[in-house]
Amino acid sequence: MPKTKYDVAIVGGGHNGLTTACYLAKAGLKVAVIERHSYVGGAAVSRELHPGWTYSNCSYVCSLLRPEIFRDLELSKYGLQIIPYEGSASMLDDGRFYAHYSDHDLNYRSIAQFSKKDAEAYERFGKDVMRQCKIIKPLLKMTPPDPTSFRPKDIMGLLEFAKYFAAKDELGGLGEKEIYDTIRFWTMSVRDYLEEYFESDVVKAHLAGSAIIGTALGPYSPGSAYVLLHHYMGEVDGTVGAWGYSRGGMGSITKAMAASLKANGGDIIAGSPVTKILIKNNRSHGVVLENGDEIFADKLVSNLDVKRTFLKVVEKKELPDDFYNAVKNFKIRGSSGKLNIALDDLPIWKSIPEGDPAGTGDLHITQSIEEMEGAYDDWKDGRWSKFPYVDMCIPSINDPTMAPQGKHYMSVFVQYVPYNLTDGGWTEEKRLEFGKHVMSRIGSYSENFNDIINHAEIRTPKELEKEVGLTEGNIFQGELTMDQLMFNRPIPGYAQYKTPIKNLYMCGSSTHPGGGVMGAPGANAAREILIDLKKQFNSHYI
Amino acid sequence: MDNSFSFTKPLLETPFHERTYEACYNNDWYRWAGYKIAREYSNTELEYTAMRNTAGVLDITPMHKYDIKGADAIRFVDKLVTRNVTEIKSGQVMYIIWCNEDGNVIDDGTVFCFDSNHLRIFCAERNLNWFSDTAIGFDVEVEDVSDTIAALAFQGPLSCKILNLLNVKNIENLKPFYFDDFDLNGCKVTISRTGFSGDLGYEIWCKNEDAISVWDSLFKFNRDYKVLPAGMNALEMVRVEAGFIQPNADFMSAEQALRPNRMRNPFELGMGWLVDLNKNYFTGKKNLVDLKKKTLTKKLVGLDIQGDKPAIGSVLYDKNKKEIGIVTAGMWSPSLKSNIAFGYVDKDHMKIGSKVFAEIYHPEELEYKKIWAECSVVKKQFFNPPRRHKVPAEI
Repeated sequence: MPKTKYDVAIVGGGHNGLTTACYLAKAGLKVAVIERHSYVGGAAVSRELHPGWTYSNCSYVCSLLRPEIFRDLELSKYGLQIIPYEGSASMLDDGRFYAHYSDHDLNYRSIAQFSKKDAEAYERFGKDVMRQCKIIKPLLKMTPPDPTSFRPKDIMGLLEFAKYFAAKDELGGLGEKEIYDTIRFWTMSVRDYLEEYFESDVVKAHLAGSAIIGTALGPYSPGSAYVLLHHYMGEVDGTVGAWGYSRGGMGSITKAMAASLKANGGDIIAGSPVTKILIKNNRSHGVVLENGDEIFADKLVSNLDVKRTFLKVVEKKELPDDFYNAVKNFKIRGSSGKLNIALDDLPIWKSIPEGDPAGTGDLHITQSIEEMEGAYDDWKDGRWSKFPYVDMCIPSINDPTMAPQGKHYMSVFVQYVPYNLTDGGWTEEKRLEFGKHVMSRIGSYSENFNDIINHAEIRTPKELEKEVGLTEGNIFQGELTMDQLMFNRPIPGYAQYKTPIKNLYMCGSSTHPGGGVMGAPGANAAREILIDLKKQFNSHYI
Repeated sequence: MDNSFSFTKPLLETPFHERTYEACYNNDWYRWAGYKIAREYSNTELEYTAMRNTAGVLDITPMHKYDIKGADAIRFVDKLVTRNVTEIKSGQVMYIIWCNEDGNVIDDGTVFCFDSNHLRIFCAERNLNWFSDTAIGFDVEVEDVSDTIAALAFQGPLSCKILNLLNVKNIENLKPFYFDDFDLNGCKVTISRTGFSGDLGYEIWCKNEDAISVWDSLFKFNRDYKVLPAGMNALEMVRVEAGFIQPNADFMSAEQALRPNRMRNPFELGMGWLVDLNKNYFTGKKNLVDLKKKTLTKKLVGLDIQGDKPAIGSVLYDKNKKEIGIVTAGMWSPSLKSNIAFGYVDKDHMKIGSKVFAEIYHPEELEYKKIWAECSVVKKQFFNPPRRHKVPAEI
């Protein structure tokens, strides 16, 4: 290994680490990304785990990736393409299905089959959520101001915040009513929120799904409504709330970022697990790799989650006790499983007809919010859900690169699956049993599903942790609850991508604005570092 | 007409579709409340001219129709709308608007009184939830009957004459803003003397199964009096001339505006005459009482614009080139030979006769001509011929 000294080294090559690295390299810094695996991507990867099939084996759909980042890093030039998809559906036990369509009028009629009032209410719901998205969108790009600080930067930041919350319509901000709505939305349960709009169980259950994905909260838990917003605030080409596939799988995003980084002179040091961050006099100056090699850099950035960073690679003796304790108490509970399935044919659903666009988007198995809460109860008891909330999609319908001709790839996200089973912990048998359970659930809604399974990868929170490094397998690098958002994310007083260690920064989803393949934490962290280095942050992102 | 749900047919067809489809050479469809409605059948100018010269036929089936039934029907509507409707009589129609609690306008429409226990509201936007929520505590049932009634607007100076030729008995004596049941071509229909055109005209309400027969009858005397089906483009022209404003075109419905500052109260829309602050409590009253006392900061007015280039989407300025508002609808009026528009102006330019300026970008063979046109503030009702109000109507 060449004994290069870097300006900045990033620990972990996930999408945020790569984003940070790209911005810094573009600003002319000598940058390296140090990655444990032989490939980069973190939880945004495409992997051929079964010959001929590409799996987006962790994250599976894309909406949140900020278009400004896409543009700044020239990801199109490096091969990234996002394909919007149409529709979503929930399959019901009575043989019917409930679907959303991108066609506004078809969508209305689809909902009206269940309730005319709900079809109308959906417009109002959409408007209200959109309004909240508009409020949150500029906040994503901001470094959260410290409300306890009197530094000009923080005061300006708070004014910026206040601008969006001020009861002055002229600012394009909110009226009084909207401020009440925002505070309610950010704190209430998704069940209570949806109850204010809809009467049909099916409509509510379908919409509530977004609020529990990846979250160790149930639909009745306060704070779950925010998670729904978190999933709605993305966009595909200006269509807020729309989701798409990354052509070639989610790994195309990080592959493009890696190519962009290299084009700007950055290094990727793969296959090099970092065991320790070197700290001297409360300043970090390098890392030690598993093989004993050392890499030195003026500044270090951790893309690892806050727990992994400060409980695993930074020694406790270097940290203030209150900070250490806050990190220990950071909520990062695993609650999700994932199946990646190679199919020999397209599944035939008992309810959704072939060719229906609803079948080409995200498909769910859910009947009611109560069923979802029951699934959460199982999780609390330390069991995988008997009737799990399942979020499936078949990217190969829209993306010709994922599977051999005529064959298909199916991604199955499963909520809830505990990190620890009360019944003796996870074993290989239990993992397979869990997979079988989920597949039999899916099979009962399909004519042919059981006969077309060619290969399945089954992942519990344990596998997510082991492979991706996410503590407890939490997909957001920490729960998206109000106590861990904005200026409290990840730790109060350390929300500005800095840490108690000088020259050590954070850029992962543990930081504001949180999880999802968004890139905003990475871009925000890059901006803070460049400000500290008195360098220009050139971006469409500002 | 097969309107069963299918992902291959996102749009509904009205009961007139068989005919409108034949007539719509351009196959140019507009989405109205989930229905396919012709934007232009063959030629907008001719369709417009039919409405001003003979008569035009518009398929208005997509209008939302809500039945209000029960002992409190009138009391309910009175709580809902800004106007006093307690004196409404059987056979009478009233133009109404309704607001949210803040006093911002949600929608406008008409209410038909069948009897004191049965009213029906017609409107452009979906209002089932708003009406149902308002109905709580009243002895009424709100029912969406939109899909069960087919509707045509038959508008123009010969509309009464043709209905008379079709043996619609006593149609000439139907007063403006009244309705009754009639026999038309063997079908039992309801006809109201109402419409969007600001001219003599009727709206014909029938059963879905009678739709084709009703449609065909209106063209029966075409050898003598050329009646044309008219599309949405022609409708847009006549409604602007008539001074009728439209939700989500001239103002954002308070139920749909994303940005709170885009909502408008009735005074800003020039609809203060529809607000009765002396009547019993109605939704929005408290805030409308306060708003009435305040000086208006903006108002939707009519504009008479120099030159002949439509001021579509123009920004409005005062003489010092300070931005004061925006045009919401603009057109060259063939009837008035004038360049007319609706626009918002600030408090210093609301009076009739005030002068403002419109910056018009007129496309001319791949280049934009930028025109600085003086505008006079005028009444929104540009076109209002005596024949519209005459009873008995001309036959």
